Amino acid sequence: MKTVCFYFQVHQPWRLKTYRFFNMGNDHNYLDDFTNRAIMQKVARECYLPMNALLLSLIEENKGAVKCSFSITGSAVEQFKAYAPEVLDSFKKLAETGCVEFLGETYSHSLSSLYSTDEFKQEVKLHTAMLKEEFGVKPTAFRNTELIYSDSIAQVVEGMGFKTMLAEGAKHILGWKSPNFVYTDAVDNKLRLLLRNYKLSDDIAFRFSNEGWGEWPLTADKFAGWVASETGDVVNLFMDYETFGEHQKASTGIFDFMKALPAALLAHGIEFATVSEASKKLQPVAVLHCPHAMSWADEERDVTAWLGNDLQNEAFGKLYALAPRIKKAKNKDFDYVWHFMQNSDHFYYMATKWLSDGDVHSYFNPYGSAYEAFINYMNVLADFEIELNKL
Amino acid sequence: MRVLMFGWEFPPHIAGGLGTACYGMTQGLARNDVEVIFVMPKASGDEDQSFVKVVNASDIEARYCDSSIEGADDIMRKISFIHIDSNMVPYISPEEWATYREGYERTGKKFWERKGDSWTQRYTFSGKYGANIMEEVARYAVVAAEVAQQLEGQFDVIHAHDWLTYFAGIAAKRVSGKPLVVHMHATSFDRSSSDNIDTRVYEIERAGMAAADMVIAVSNLTRNIVINKYNIEPEKVVAVHNAVQFAENDNPLPKRGVEDKIVTFLGRITFQKGPDYFIEAAAKVLQRVPNVRFVMAGSGDMMNHCIRRAAQLGISDRFHFTGFLKGDDVQKMFQLSDVYVMPSVSEPFGISPLEAMRSNVPTIISHQSGVAEVLDYAVKVNYWDVDAMADSIYGLITYPALAKMFSEKGMDEVNNLKWINAAAKIKTVYEQAIEKCNK
Repeated sequence: MKTVCFYFQVHQPWRLKTYRFFNMGNDHNYLDDFTNRAIMQKVARECYLPMNALLLSLIEENKGAVKCSFSITGSAVEQFKAYAPEVLDSFKKLAETGCVEFLGETYSHSLSSLYSTDEFKQEVKLHTAMLKEEFGVKPTAFRNTELIYSDSIAQVVEGMGFKTMLAEGAKHILGWKSPNFVYTDAVDNKLRLLLRNYKLSDDIAFRFSNEGWGEWPLTADKFAGWVASETGDVVNLFMDYETFGEHQKASTGIFDFMKALPAALLAHGIEFATVSEASKKLQPVAVLHCPHAMSWADEERDVTAWLGNDLQNEAFGKLYALAPRIKKAKNKDFDYVWHFMQNSDHFYYMATKWLSDGDVHSYFNPYGSAYEAFINYMNVLADFEIELNKL
Repeated sequence: MRVLMFGWEFPPHIAGGLGTACYGMTQGLARNDVEVIFVMPKASGDEDQSFVKVVNASDIEARYCDSSIEGADDIMRKISFIHIDSNMVPYISPEEWATYREGYERTGKKFWERKGDSWTQRYTFSGKYGANIMEEVARYAVVAAEVAQQLEGQFDVIHAHDWLTYFAGIAAKRVSGKPLVVHMHATSFDRSSSDNIDTRVYEIERAGMAAADMVIAVSNLTRNIVINKYNIEPEKVVAVHNAVQFAENDNPLPKRGVEDKIVTFLGRITFQKGPDYFIEAAAKVLQRVPNVRFVMAGSGDMMNHCIRRAAQLGISDRFHFTGFLKGDDVQKMFQLSDVYVMPSVSEPFGISPLEAMRSNVPTIISHQSGVAEVLDYAVKVNYWDVDAMADSIYGLITYPALAKMFSEKGMDEVNNLKWINAAAKIKTVYEQAIEKCNK
């Protein structure tokens, strides 16, 4: 019997306000409170609340046959608490059904796995503690920021006690192999891997409302048929949760599609599973070698969206150079800033690759150019460092 | 003595340094008993008129009429020599021209030979440096002729600032027969690298200087360019250095947020201003002293290049960009600075180091700037010599005695650069021009 595994990513970055050279040394409030609140409340209204309600009703109607997994970042939870506490409550309600799994990840949706093992572990521990406190769960499966994966990162994740990890079903890694099977890591074969089926995932996440697409309009029956005809054990549909109602507006019919989809899938004899359930019940078929970091972003499926030019490398290097001093400071206020400064989104805004992925980049970018994003980030970082040095 | 002056901008509406210089100059001339009638496009009515009479070129009605009307024909003939590569007949907008042209093709009626009263057309100038600037230069010349005629007998000499107004100056000279003085605030060779100049602008500049009785250059540096690259007779080119007039600054000292020393570059981030040399020097200084920050204030076509270069050198945490600064922020930036650097590759004069010195900031300037000819208390280096530049920055931030000397003596020096003195020299040039013209 074939399994379908849904995993949704929930994340909101802390956006920085316009921070000028003249602010340095005088102003230590770095965030754009208005924008952060406005965006969180809009997304809550259009996506989180209606979609959570829909999932809850689907789970209840199907008496446990419908399942899915979530990964929620610490930054997102902080913003729920600040601007939309009802969203956090609705996630807790989903947690209580027992049909929803919460995955471990980095607290700040950070790129720390590319910097140092220590910093990475710190971030993951913090996130695990947050899950325990908010949802009363201990995660056994892991997803790294933007599905960044490599053999060495897998080692660290496994060392922290996780049994399963998610990764992109990237063509340059898989070659002729199919993403629809369970794999294991290449070093000691103890960590099980679920790979994203990017074709079917992006049919929903990116192409759903595209009227120029040959398959438009996409119906639940058609999509269930595609899933059924895939070869393999498990079809992994991984996407941003903001797909529902935000990237694909309610008017595109995305909610109706999702409402009808479970019945259509079940009718084809397809079973739902959470990430951990799928990895437990299925046998791994092969090992996956991935010496260089890959991700789910852009056409290259690598990390150049965040660390692909001089600006990004400089900002990344200068940020993490502060890590030892932050650790020594043991100061809550500094930790708070330290976390949001690590949001991978800041580095994404500094990207200068604008060809095929320019649309996606500019959609998420509040800055006029990569250069503006860089200047603003570095100004904030400079002030943060000045304050840090005063301790 | 009375002078008819053609400018392109005047405070408070300015895009560059020309307006500021014109303001100081007219005040200085007034103190030397010279009356100024200042003609500029798009005067908005809130200029300080205590020293000058501002004539709004957009208010002047240029008359076009049947050649049968007496006098009008005269103007048309007198300005007909202004030959611009353009189909603007008679200096109407391209859209209007297209409409009239269509009408002519359809009906065969010649719109420029209207029957009846004179055809009065009021030109509205945009008055900003923009894409249609060549067109405006030509239209300004038409109006200039009209102004010169209307004000006949009310001025003794014509003074035109920068190439934008040279055709206007020539037109006024032809109509009135009065001597023309043109003022070179910058040359085409300062605006771009020397192999890549705008030849249209070069031609206008050359024509203006050739037609002029006297030419004023803002520095010897500019005078040499005028003589060598435009082939103007040296006898008629005089260097008169700009002066500087400061608005009273009663802003409180801005709160200093950082304890580090601040080294500032302020200006357009373009090839001409040498921003890349400043970055290289900054990297060298930062290798030696940690407690210093560099600020590049302004914007321009090399800004992104500079941001990338600073990132490559790994100094972005101590090298800051502010973007374009407006109003009070410029003053604030000077007040926050410990050292000001102007590494210009080619600078006809360069007023910004004077503004810095006025804020008690020691300055480093390049030998390739006109202002270097009048300043003693500024460190002078070659723009390409980043080692010397780094060395000077290091010295000024490390040795308080040195910085104190430059800042105190520099203040005295800059306070002695007065427009009244510069204007006296300009008045002498007027007298020479009148004499030459009367010969």
